[in-house]
Amino acid sequence: MDDMTIIAAASIISAGITMGIGAVGPGLGQGRAVAGALSALAQQPDAASTITRTLFVGLAMIESMAIYCFVISMILIFANPFWNHVIAQAAGK
Amino acid sequence: MRLSSDQLVFWQHGFIKLDGTIVYTWALMLVLAAGSWLITRRFTAELTVSRWQCAVEIIVINIKKQIEEVGLRQSAKYLAFVGTLFLFIAIANIFTIVPGYEPPTGSLSTTAALAICVFVAVPLYGIQERGWRGYLKSYTEPTIIMLPFNIMGELSRTLALAVRLFGNMMSGTMILGILFIITPFIFPTIMSLLGLLTGMVQAYIFSILALVYIAAAIGPDQASSENKGAQPRT
Repeated sequence: MDDMTIIAAASIISAGITMGIGAVGPGLGQGRAVAGALSALAQQPDAASTITRTLFVGLAMIESMAIYCFVISMILIFANPFWNHVIAQAAGK
Repeated sequence: MRLSSDQLVFWQHGFIKLDGTIVYTWALMLVLAAGSWLITRRFTAELTVSRWQCAVEIIVINIKKQIEEVGLRQSAKYLAFVGTLFLFIAIANIFTIVPGYEPPTGSLSTTAALAICVFVAVPLYGIQERGWRGYLKSYTEPTIIMLPFNIMGELSRTLALAVRLFGNMMSGTMILGILFIITPFIFPTIMSLLGLLTGMVQAYIFSILALVYIAAAIGPDQASSENKGAQPRT
């Protein structure tokens, strides 16, 4: 394999792996957070507004991990700096 | 495939570039400013008010209520800043139902600018409330060892604020684009509905996080007295 193929293959595969592994952790975390919030809601329905607000903020915090992974995988696929470098070199030759 | 509206260039002359982000941001600002001017021009204090006045009052009062629930008693002081953030992001995300429109919040430059606004406003409010010494002292709490970590936290949460909004909005348009290639009719509609929901939630979260940061910078004195006042309600 030449350099170009290696870079392309590594980018695509690692984009998939990034998204795959990066979705597991936040998924588990969000599930735990929602479960905790639901049991809290069942115990104290009066505090629903506070619990919901805190839950949303917490979910956003957890979700941002998955979003970082998504952004990185999108950069690897659509705006890959290494790939652009290779393309520029190939064009220069 | 375009990653953001930055790459949609309308007009270019030398290094001056008029890209989609700028055009749509200015269009939104026009809509917001003209809309609020049209509505507030006919405000009355009489018993019967117009529909639009009622809508605006509901929005403003609810934002104020949210600010008070976070624990900031002088909600009027923060209403302008946080309300503007919320309204801009919410309108920017909701306008995705208009065909041909791309949300400016789906570009990292817009979200970074908004996050930097929060990054600057938080210390300003903190200094205004506690004074220079009090605010700077809050970085060394609980011990002086925590100083670098507090500063790092300040920077990283600004980055997180920007990338979170950008990633959510960008992923919305990206998923729509991919689904239009695979399954053209039904699924994109459902996903764009979901995108509207995500947009509203992100606008809410952005402004709530800004409020939480402001409340943390202002210090626990205000928050604790607020809790005392809110105790009988629960």
